[in-house]
Amino acid sequence: MKNTSLFKKGLIDGIPIFLGYLAVSFAFGIQAADIDLSPFQAGLLSLLNVTSAGQFAGLTVIATAGSYIELAVLQLIINLRYFLMSAALSQKLPADTPTIHRMGIAYGVTDEIFGLSVLADGPLRPAYSYGLIVVSVTGWVLGTVLGAAAGAILPHLLISALGVALYGMFIAIIIPPARDEGPVRITVFMAMVMSSIFTVLPVLRNLSGGMRIIIVTITAASISALLMPRDIEEGGDEQ
Amino acid sequence: MTPNVYMYILVMALVTYLIRALPLVLIRKEIKSRFIRSFLYYVPFATLAAMTFPSILTSTDMLLSAVIGFVTALILAFAKKSLIVVAIGASCAVLIVETLAGIL
Repeated sequence: MKNTSLFKKGLIDGIPIFLGYLAVSFAFGIQAADIDLSPFQAGLLSLLNVTSAGQFAGLTVIATAGSYIELAVLQLIINLRYFLMSAALSQKLPADTPTIHRMGIAYGVTDEIFGLSVLADGPLRPAYSYGLIVVSVTGWVLGTVLGAAAGAILPHLLISALGVALYGMFIAIIIPPARDEGPVRITVFMAMVMSSIFTVLPVLRNLSGGMRIIIVTITAASISALLMPRDIEEGGDEQ
Repeated sequence: MTPNVYMYILVMALVTYLIRALPLVLIRKEIKSRFIRSFLYYVPFATLAAMTFPSILTSTDMLLSAVIGFVTALILAFAKKSLIVVAIGASCAVLIVETLAGIL
């Protein structure tokens, strides 16, 4: 297939991601405006990061004027999964793919784009990835700007309701695998319990939200990896 | 807002991009360590779970609507509904509860 038709195929395949991102990033935009980010700043944040969980957690650090180090470590931990996805994608690219295209595809490695990319037939062509990325990121940035701009004029009731939208998306990502795999279920439960303990206990509750997430993630994932290691063969292309 | 908001955005963007780019550009071989592979596999689940709970309970105007929104999301996700259905469904549940609470 020629590059232009591959690009168009990417654009069309990405439409469901566009719609999903539009709704979720709208909620993100509202939250960004809530901590006094302008629509431009919120849109720029979305354009440069394209990571729901990371951006959402980043808002907590920005709102509490946390340190750059804390923010960097938090992003590193939360977005570590992209490392795995990128590693998996590198196996699916033709070996002669130029570095410049590898760097271009890297920009758009998200849970959803990765999901479509690894499912695509045959080797991954950069033009197809760019189609997916363009349509998805458009929805992501557009929704963010609209949310940040409209958050102020929306009825408070609606804002309250959209407050759970991002959490709903996280739940939609973790619950189906947790339903099917015992170790994932245990990991999710363990992390929620630890996070709750950190939120209520004296001393521990004084930790910033970002540090709490980092500590809980490393602890829970390490315990799971030690007690319930996965077979090498299984690890290929999960999210 | 602090004047450093653009620095925050740049720090985030840089870290996030490097995580995505390094494996694609550099790593050609499979990661061999069973522990590291397993750890990386569990990371997103632990992170998203820790971010969701208990924070979701204070994400709306009242505890009751948040709890019902949470339960709605769990049920829809358990039924493997798509990302957007779960997100919008939970929001609708909150909207309904809070509207009723306002009337009663």
